[in-house]
Amino acid sequence: MIGGRRAAWWTALAVVVAVLVSGRWWLGEAQRLDLVQFFCYLAMAQMWNLLAGYAGLVSIGQQAFIGFGAYALFVFGDKAGVEPFAAVALAGLAAALVSLPAAAVAFRLRGGYFAIGTWVIAEVFHLLAVNLRWVGGGDGTLIYSAASLDRTFREDGAYFWAVGVGVGSVLVAYGLLRSRLGLALASIRDDETAARSVGVGVVRAKVIVWVLAAFGCGLAGAVYNLPLLRVQPDAAFTVNWSAFMIFIVVIGGLGTIEGPILGTILFFTLQQELASRGVWYLIILGGVALVVAVWTRSGVWGAVAERYRLRLFPVQRRV
Amino acid sequence: MLLEVESVDSFYGDFQALFGVSVGIADGETLAVIGANGAGKSTLLATIAGLLQPRAGQLRFDGLPLGRIPAHRRVRLGIALVPEGRRIFPSLTVDENLRVGARVGRSGVWTRDRIYELFPLLQPIAGRPGSVLSGGEQQAVAIGRALMSNPRLLLLDELSLGLAPIVIQALYARIDEIVREGTTVVLVEQDVGRALATADSAYCLLEGRVSLHGAAASMTREQVADAYFGGVRT
Amino acid sequence: MVWVNAVVQGALVGGLYALFAAGLSLVFGVMRLVNLAHGDLAILAAYLAVLLADHEGLSPWLSLLVVVPAMAAAGFVLQFAVLNFTLDSGLAPLLATFGLAVIVQNALQEGFTANVRGLNAGSIATRSIRVTNEISIGWLPLLTLVAAFVLLGGLQLGLQHSSLGRALRATSDDQRAAQLVGIDNRRLYGIAMAISLGTAAVAGIFLGMRTTFDPYAGPVRLIFAFEAVIIGGLGSLWGTLLGGIVLGVAQGVGDQVNPGWGVLAGHLVFLAVLLVRPTGLLGKAAPA
Repeated sequence: MIGGRRAAWWTALAVVVAVLVSGRWWLGEAQRLDLVQFFCYLAMAQMWNLLAGYAGLVSIGQQAFIGFGAYALFVFGDKAGVEPFAAVALAGLAAALVSLPAAAVAFRLRGGYFAIGTWVIAEVFHLLAVNLRWVGGGDGTLIYSAASLDRTFREDGAYFWAVGVGVGSVLVAYGLLRSRLGLALASIRDDETAARSVGVGVVRAKVIVWVLAAFGCGLAGAVYNLPLLRVQPDAAFTVNWSAFMIFIVVIGGLGTIEGPILGTILFFTLQQELASRGVWYLIILGGVALVVAVWTRSGVWGAVAERYRLRLFPVQRRV
Repeated sequence: MLLEVESVDSFYGDFQALFGVSVGIADGETLAVIGANGAGKSTLLATIAGLLQPRAGQLRFDGLPLGRIPAHRRVRLGIALVPEGRRIFPSLTVDENLRVGARVGRSGVWTRDRIYELFPLLQPIAGRPGSVLSGGEQQAVAIGRALMSNPRLLLLDELSLGLAPIVIQALYARIDEIVREGTTVVLVEQDVGRALATADSAYCLLEGRVSLHGAAASMTREQVADAYFGGVRT
Repeated sequence: MVWVNAVVQGALVGGLYALFAAGLSLVFGVMRLVNLAHGDLAILAAYLAVLLADHEGLSPWLSLLVVVPAMAAAGFVLQFAVLNFTLDSGLAPLLATFGLAVIVQNALQEGFTANVRGLNAGSIATRSIRVTNEISIGWLPLLTLVAAFVLLGGLQLGLQHSSLGRALRATSDDQRAAQLVGIDNRRLYGIAMAISLGTAAVAGIFLGMRTTFDPYAGPVRLIFAFEAVIIGGLGSLWGTLLGGIVLGVAQGVGDQVNPGWGVLAGHLVFLAVLLVRPTGLLGKAAPA
């Protein structure tokens, strides 16, 4: 970006962040809790976008790390006595760590089988959580360390963490893609063999993105559960997380940074509108994914951006 | 005219490979297409075979406009391509490769027995999977597979690529036999001498355009060199 | 002895897993497409059989004759009209089939409620062969295993010896070259998906006869099918059968160790195979 535009961009970003942070004082409690959810979805979507749109890793098992993050929050907070808001950070790191052995297994597979493989890994995490009395077994457990905090303090913390995670995910994704790693990823996406032959560390690049995505999802999982005050295995590890991430990115547009932002907004609005309709909202989402997959590859943002030549986050990528 | 190619423009994505190429070939004729790498020879065959749709121009096969007829239907009409690199099916045996070639159901002189007669080297290895065959054996299978559809027009793309001279010699002897059965043959060939010796007429392509065409026998070395390289030497 | 019984029962369950896996394996082999809706479509078939039982009083055995061709036809249309348009992208088929899975699950929920249903296989459902005091082999599980043998064997024979089979294998090898011998890919893919959903229908109905099911029973079947394919090895239908049996045995033994650990044991065996022998037990190619 050229000088003047760059300054304008950073200013706009600062304003957005300031507005969001200030929301603690002018938004209602219910709205702030909604935003916590919103930013968690946004972060997860950005992570999924990095994985699928840039590293070519289509995962339907990110719920492994989302749930792991939630449980790690409980373990660090309740069992290890760590201050809950610090425990959130540790939860993210723990998820990143556990993603390494997961990668050792998952990376043996490709394409569609990789996707199901990630799902199996998530199911293993799920079953372990269900079977371990130490973390509450099938019924899950309350997060006492969070519950014992002053309510306002807790909700503020959750809100600020959420803003941080949401905005952070967007910035990290953007920064990553403008870095050398981003260039490596683009080359891998274009032609993996060619990239390898010119010395691009293909596996290394993919592992970095994988671990980063696990970190992001772990954080999001912890932040999401913080105001809920409980973790429950079925909810923590449900494949619906993947469904949501996929819908958001597909609707919004894969391979761009703006896409998941728009997608999260659309998805969140849709969820609020249709939540009362029970299963129909899922049927509609499924239908949208199907239609978008068949007819377009670039999602709503992609179509709009093509038309009006818009780029909020200039990373030139085509899927 | 069995095949008429009229002012065809062919593209690979945004890259234009053929510019207004026109070619005519008569029934029973043998046509050679020569030119440097990247001149558009394979593109021309791919366009005739239907793997590429031209953005401009027309193709007519025995008077029938080929239009947007997809590749698999052109086989049914009697156009068969032996692609560059052979591309036989590695998990199918030699025999199965031949049999799958007959799927399109055109009757004619080419049966499995006749193919094994034409290429006796295939008989003892009929049960071997394509993945373990040598280059020469693969080429024989590829040609045989195409012949099994009893084509009226046989397109051969870079037969001699990667093969030993003695193998190429043997293959070209078979081409003569195929021609004698009345098949119209278009061959793309790097070896100009062999191409002109085998063919009745020839076209030379240079950067996607026809730079020379005429009876093979009447082409001089100078003409060919100029057309091939673009008249650098004046 | 209880352990032997666990192994035997597990092997019998494996037959069911192999039935689920057959279609998944075929479609992946021919078009590199992983149908994430495969399990749900099998459950759909089971629900169709439920409809036929409720409205026409048709036994599940007879409803096979109706449901299998119906699902096969649906498979052809699905592939031809929808999925064929997604094949040039790595992501699109996964998204499309994922979307389809969500639609099927929730449409079934809407149509049939979340109550569990089952299919009445008749008196055969309760009869068994008594081998010893601790081991008895149920007729239905045995028939399921036999059906798996027959189906996978039939598919294998068909692939090896029929003209269609050769065409499927050729297209799987090189779909461009297949066009050059007159094979219409789109139609062939439609046929492969038709066969796949036909086998899924068989699997779904056998499942319904053995156990109860609900609209969300599909995904777990998909996972088991996938595990069976990987354990057995890509590219081998007999491997898929073996993989199903191994998975079933792992689950059976796991359950014997500690009730509820069965499924986890299966997952762990799958992961172990992936780590130690990624090509699977009878596999021909790396899962890449």
